[in-house]
Amino acid sequence: MNWAYWLPLLILFSSLGTGIAIFFLDEDQVLVRTVLNLAGAVVKLLLTVLVFVGMLTGVAYETRLPIVPGFELLLRVDAISILFMSLSAVLWLVTTVYAVGYLEGSPYRSRFFGFFSLCVTATMGIALAGNLLTFFIFYEMLTLATYPLVVHRGTRSALLAGRNYLFYTLTGGALFLAGIIWLKLLTGETDFAVGGILSDFVDSHAWSLRVMFVLMMAGLGVKAALVPLHGWLPQAMVAPAPVSALLHAVAVVKAGAYGIVRVVYEIFSTPVAYELGLLGPLAVLASVTIVYGSVRALMQDDLKRRLAFSTVSQLAYITLGTAIVGPLASVGALVHLVHQGLMKITLFFCAGNFAETLHVHKVSEMHGIGRRMPWTMAAFTVGALGMIGLPPMAGFVSKWYLGLGALAAEQGWVVGVLIVSSLLNAMYFLPIVHVAWFRSPAGPWDERMPEARWETRMMLLAPAVTTALLSVAAGVFAASPISPLAVAEIIAGRLYEGL
Amino acid sequence: MMDQATIYAMAAVIVFCFALWGLISYAHLIRKIMALNIMGSAVFLFFGAMTRRGEPETTDPVPQAMVITGIVVAVAATAFAISLAKAIHRRTGQLRLPEERDA
Amino acid sequence: MSDLVVWSICLPLLGAAATFVGPGRLAPAVGGAFALATAVTGAMVTWLVYDGGVMRHELGGWGAPLGVELYVDGLNVFMLGMTAVVALAISVASLTYFGVRDHAASGPGRWSSAGGYWPVWLTLWASMNLAFASADLFNLYIALELVGLSAVALMLIGRDTQVLTAAMRYLLASLMASLGYLLGVAMLYARYGTLDLYLIGAQLTGEPATWMAMALMSVGLFVKTALFPLHFWLPPAHSSAPGPVSAILSALVVKVSFYLLLRLWFVVFADLLSPTFGQVVGVLAAGAIVGGSVQAILQRRLKLLIAYSTVAQLGYMFLLVPLTIPYGGSEAWHGGAWSGGMYHMLSHALAKSAMFLAAAAVLLSVGSDRIRHFRGMAHELPVATFAFALAGVSLMGLPPSGGFVAKWFLVSAAIETGQWWWAVVILGGGLLTAAYIFMVIRYAFLPPSPPAFKPVPKLLQATAMVLALLAVLIGLRAVEPFALLEMGTPFVEAAHVGTHQGEVAE
Repeated sequence: MNWAYWLPLLILFSSLGTGIAIFFLDEDQVLVRTVLNLAGAVVKLLLTVLVFVGMLTGVAYETRLPIVPGFELLLRVDAISILFMSLSAVLWLVTTVYAVGYLEGSPYRSRFFGFFSLCVTATMGIALAGNLLTFFIFYEMLTLATYPLVVHRGTRSALLAGRNYLFYTLTGGALFLAGIIWLKLLTGETDFAVGGILSDFVDSHAWSLRVMFVLMMAGLGVKAALVPLHGWLPQAMVAPAPVSALLHAVAVVKAGAYGIVRVVYEIFSTPVAYELGLLGPLAVLASVTIVYGSVRALMQDDLKRRLAFSTVSQLAYITLGTAIVGPLASVGALVHLVHQGLMKITLFFCAGNFAETLHVHKVSEMHGIGRRMPWTMAAFTVGALGMIGLPPMAGFVSKWYLGLGALAAEQGWVVGVLIVSSLLNAMYFLPIVHVAWFRSPAGPWDERMPEARWETRMMLLAPAVTTALLSVAAGVFAASPISPLAVAEIIAGRLYEGL
Repeated sequence: MMDQATIYAMAAVIVFCFALWGLISYAHLIRKIMALNIMGSAVFLFFGAMTRRGEPETTDPVPQAMVITGIVVAVAATAFAISLAKAIHRRTGQLRLPEERDA
Repeated sequence: MSDLVVWSICLPLLGAAATFVGPGRLAPAVGGAFALATAVTGAMVTWLVYDGGVMRHELGGWGAPLGVELYVDGLNVFMLGMTAVVALAISVASLTYFGVRDHAASGPGRWSSAGGYWPVWLTLWASMNLAFASADLFNLYIALELVGLSAVALMLIGRDTQVLTAAMRYLLASLMASLGYLLGVAMLYARYGTLDLYLIGAQLTGEPATWMAMALMSVGLFVKTALFPLHFWLPPAHSSAPGPVSAILSALVVKVSFYLLLRLWFVVFADLLSPTFGQVVGVLAAGAIVGGSVQAILQRRLKLLIAYSTVAQLGYMFLLVPLTIPYGGSEAWHGGAWSGGMYHMLSHALAKSAMFLAAAAVLLSVGSDRIRHFRGMAHELPVATFAFALAGVSLMGLPPSGGFVAKWFLVSAAIETGQWWWAVVILGGGLLTAAYIFMVIRYAFLPPSPPAFKPVPKLLQATAMVLALLAVLIGLRAVEPFALLEMGTPFVEAAHVGTHQGEVAE
């Protein structure tokens, strides 16, 4: 048995198999389904740890499956994939627990969890993809696997959201595909490689490369919700809370951001992209998105919509870091990939808890909610403070490195964007925290779970608290050798090794 | 200039075109089926024109074989088409396809 | 071993005779057995060619130019193999479909559908195999005519007025088309004195009679393949036929004339093909993609939607013509475009048959094919819905599916040869496809409402599922089919023609 060959496939199969098995379960086989789900998630987490350890000891995990000559499925583990894989594996486990609690008693759960697992499979495939073609295969698979989750409730607004989601993502996907094919024809390969694969073509095909870059960014920007391609994201809020959590923290939007990281660093490489004059516009676009998302978030009363626009804004930090030349900014981008996931999923879990327990959906209904649900609100506060970027939360680490990177690259204006954005973040998060803790409720709560021993179901509370703790830990223990920051530094070190 | 075979062949093509026009422009099913038969005959005429050609003139058996086979096919197809037309007549009381009118 | 090719034609014919003569209640069993045997034979021929190279078989020992010769290369067995797989699956599905339907409809004077179905279906299968194996223009005419007649006869298993008129229209179009083809054959024979595809191709010259023959044969086959704007007969025919028959018509029958067109163009008339010709076909193809898709989006009934989707998908296949013909300074045929187009045909055959079988299951269950009656389908008929969706994925050309591999190669060819406008058509067409697929899927996710769903045989849904899965899985492993397509494609025909001419000289 060649473990280095089979492990990537096994990692995919741990969720794919789970998903397929779940489709065949009856609606009322709750126990079997829950056990299957958790087993799949735990196995995936263990395998990811195994791969992580293996990679640290120097094992090269690589799977190649030829589709047709010159066209192969390549799964490969490197430091960037580890970063994304760990995030997805951990958050899948947590979200599964949460979803089991959240959907208790609602219809069509087999279908939901089946597609949920497929969604994670696609995300893992994206993390493992060793070339653009493989990336694209899983990227589109993710689109398809998420659609049933978005329309899960079957309401008119859910269907409308699903239609918009498909319109944006499939159109983006078609442009992305055109870019990939063009690239393949020009260079003959699409493998991700440190230093990019295009340095020989900069002089001869500058304009082709620029158009290709735009095509690919159009495809990736849709999922990464870069303005003006973000329209689908706030609408997709109609999905059940676990879906929003997964969409926003791990799967869809992160896949877009991750793709931007891959394409900029390992297809174009920073020097080439800089020489072609692509990074400046990308940085500007990201900055616009950051400010725009925050401003829009400020105007929302619906809690989930506020969080959605906050996602638009926060995700663009990753793109912004990628668009600034220099190792420090890269560290900021990569580490934010993980940090944003941890913080945002916490916030969405909490929003889901409020909705499920007390039927609170709006910010204006949250007065005094901290007294009724102290644990959830504490987790929410941790996430919110992290988003604002207060030390020692994880968000502070990201912003710190982004700022340092911008200064190192002599792009002081980026620091300005960071400061403005942090102020806006504070403006739309702090009032929530304030009224929740320090105001008294307007009236009696609309209790949905009066018999609960804790403030809400344990399966809803535990995940929120866990991810809140994780996002604190990621900030506090940032200096430890297995923190996201450490991995990000390794990656950035490799990316800028020869420069 | 124009040998006999060519004249026959040209005649065949002209008949074919007329029949095709008939097939398209008439709505009545029996007329359509007859038009098809005339088209078929035109093709057979063309084959017939080819049996005598070259110098010295010899008779080529292959087109004859094809014409005979073609006639068999045409008879079968016509029988099938007519029975289908009858079925339509029985069902709708009309001998035309819906949404079609005479040109 | 080349006898196997003959068996792939004779076995279904024998089966047709047996089911026709034998007692009606045994027909499904006997027919099913013969279908299995035919499929196995087809698969074996495919394997033999894949393993051992091009095969030829002279019927009765008479070789070309006089005799009837069966010639089998990669392209033929690609078609033969595709037909074997799809036809077998549809046969399995029809075992249950007609059982249920006959049980449900007990009106007086109604014949046992299964009794009529099997002889005609097996005849159709035999004729298709004959068409794929022939290398002789007249023999191809016979095959084509048999395919047309038996396809129309097969539709008549369904007996309502709609089917009758649709069948009549199909029959008239089909007969007209094959007579056009036959006149072309006559002209070619008059000019070249042989009926062998390869012999004519080797000595072809561009003079009026040849051009006219090419025009007649091409237009005739356009009608049969329902290339836009000559597709008028297809939507009513494919949508009104009973479920498995629709699958056969859409997945297989139109491919026969498409295959024949390719053989004609790239073997017989290869020297006459110019970039302009390619662009003209391309414009028709693009019209098919856009027009067919828009029509599909406008439909409110499922089977009409799927039928218009066939019109659109045929456009993709025809796009291989402008992309394959040398364009923009290149000298050689573009093999990638060729393989991509053929692969699209294969995935379409699998996906479309899956789709029609899934539709058949839904129709049996709901009793209506109005899309708005499908609320809650995802819950009530999960397997059929999933099969429909998977097949849709392949039609949209999303990865990982056969449709994606095909799209990749077609778009690559378009960009590589500088014909980027076809890339736009292909990618945009994918989005239109998504629009009409998700129009159906959307209803499936709505909460159920009456009318209630009746139970449907599991086997019917499972067959649809298997076909849909195949359509997707061939996107993950396309090495072997592509190798097969490269064996004796039109572009490496020189060797074959050489040996032929050698024989003639002897």
